Amino acid sequence: MSGTTQHAELALYDYNPYERRPKIEWPNGARMAFWVAPNIEFYELNPPLNPHRKPWPHPYPAVPGYSIRDYGNRVGHHRQMAVLDKYGVRGSISLSAALCEHHPEIIALCAERNWEFFSHGIYNTRYTYGLSEDQEREMIEDAMATIERAVGQRPAGYLAPALSHSNHTIDLFAEAGGLYTCDLFHDDQPTWVKTRSGKPFVSIPYSLELNDTIAYVVQKMEPRRYGEIIRRAFDQLYEEGAESGTVMCIPTHNYQVSCPHRLRAFEEALEYITGHSDVWVTTGREIAEYSLTHLKDQIGSNAEASA
Amino acid sequence: MSDELLVYPRRDYGMDHDRYGWSMLQDRPPVAWPGGKPLALWINLSLQHFPLSGEKPSVAPPGALTMPYPDLRHYTLRDYGNRVGIYRLLKLMEHYQAAPSLAISGALAERYPQLLERLAKTSSEWLGHGWNMLSMHAGEIDPQIETEWIHNTRTALEAFTDQPIVGWLSPGRIQSANTPELLVKNGFRYQCDWVNDELPYTFRTSEGDMTCLPSSLELDDVFVLTQNLHSEDSFAQQVMDAADLLINEGREQGGRLLSLNFHPWLVGQPHRIRTVREILQALLVERGDDIWHASPSQIIEAAQA
Repeated sequence: MSGTTQHAELALYDYNPYERRPKIEWPNGARMAFWVAPNIEFYELNPPLNPHRKPWPHPYPAVPGYSIRDYGNRVGHHRQMAVLDKYGVRGSISLSAALCEHHPEIIALCAERNWEFFSHGIYNTRYTYGLSEDQEREMIEDAMATIERAVGQRPAGYLAPALSHSNHTIDLFAEAGGLYTCDLFHDDQPTWVKTRSGKPFVSIPYSLELNDTIAYVVQKMEPRRYGEIIRRAFDQLYEEGAESGTVMCIPTHNYQVSCPHRLRAFEEALEYITGHSDVWVTTGREIAEYSLTHLKDQIGSNAEASA
Repeated sequence: MSDELLVYPRRDYGMDHDRYGWSMLQDRPPVAWPGGKPLALWINLSLQHFPLSGEKPSVAPPGALTMPYPDLRHYTLRDYGNRVGIYRLLKLMEHYQAAPSLAISGALAERYPQLLERLAKTSSEWLGHGWNMLSMHAGEIDPQIETEWIHNTRTALEAFTDQPIVGWLSPGRIQSANTPELLVKNGFRYQCDWVNDELPYTFRTSEGDMTCLPSSLELDDVFVLTQNLHSEDSFAQQVMDAADLLINEGREQGGRLLSLNFHPWLVGQPHRIRTVREILQALLVERGDDIWHASPSQIIEAAQA
């Protein structure tokens, strides 16, 4: 409850306890689906002010915040890409769609590697907050169409810009042709999501806890410790994956993980993970498509189709 | 909600402002440092004056006083840097024959002439670092006041040295919309506030171009030790990890730059100074064959050659 407004409870998924679930098997008997989601974002120096959220902590021009994010695109991207290449990981990019226009060089480098591009809104300084349903639909479609024009494929996934949502966000994205959301952090396995259109739609685990920005900026972790928590998460999910397949995601940002004093910790974690057998190193789209095709029963599709 | 939120006036190729052009480090022609070294090392010491009294600015820099007047605990802890910490650092730098640049609050020239005379005996390049740590070049600050701070800082420092003061590091790396123009108008040729790159680049102002030499915030001692609260040992390890990555990249792709910024009030403390020694040992001795340790102006000149 906020003021006098009664907000609806979300009814996106059914409660489903982690014990005694039907077994998930990943392709070729893998016990874990592993994916890396580099956020490639554009933050505007001078965006229009959204009354619900300030884009920057400093007055214009917000040099510290803006310039380190620009660093990510100018310097960090290449560095992270080289490490992912080395360990055979195709990135699943959480993309500010306007980056297709601002920095097409980055799009080209990722496209030639057959990376996945999913939508992360237009800019990370434009929030969903306060938009009408029509405005949000327009923003979601603009981002989908912009990415499709740039790379020739319509995005399958959505992480709302700056994790800003409305009650309609997931419904609207499913109606725009999306297959999966990264915005829900309730599980370590895919979950069937109930949308008003009833279209097949799934939540794919995208760990906020292993997100480099959460680790480095919120938790203020030392770089080597970040590497350590990634390995611990892997060990646990890999062990549990023997009983029923799990999903592990490392969400990254090219202005955090790619800094020269941090990249080594990330690289060591990747080396550790990809050194294990029975790990399906894949993309968000592939996990979503596999789940919606082969795992409908395991992920709860026999629940009521619409909320 | 107004449709302004869905209008994108700068949604086009390159940046969304006119300060500099867009390019990726790895796509540019490689930089060659003198002696074919893969890594240039720039060490800066920031000598800062935090006034005990004065109007609080719209943005507080790291290390700002926080308590009601008189905030003796923070005032004296910062003053420690100018009385004790800096001399500990100078001794260490001399031992390793290191030549850090010195970013200096202009007010220190008035307050502690002995300190400035001592600093003038080093071979260090000096940078303007604002008048003091309350003179924040932030937000809606009056350009006339900003001009006075910049001009007075330059004049005060130049009274103690024969070198022209052409480099600038703003307190807290914060700028107003006018700071770059005012710096150029007052004779400054480079600034270090925008941390968006690892090499110097051309920064446009309506008064003519200047250079931006980015001073890494992510490895700044205050950022790592007092904001992230990492241990001193982790700080040293992060610097070495960064150096190793940049040396490897520099060998394959062209010269790279490692910039370190130390604050005498922080790492000049007795329990932290050994971390600086470990860093200097690791960089200047153990990795000495791969590192060109130079002043900001030398680095800018070599990068733009």
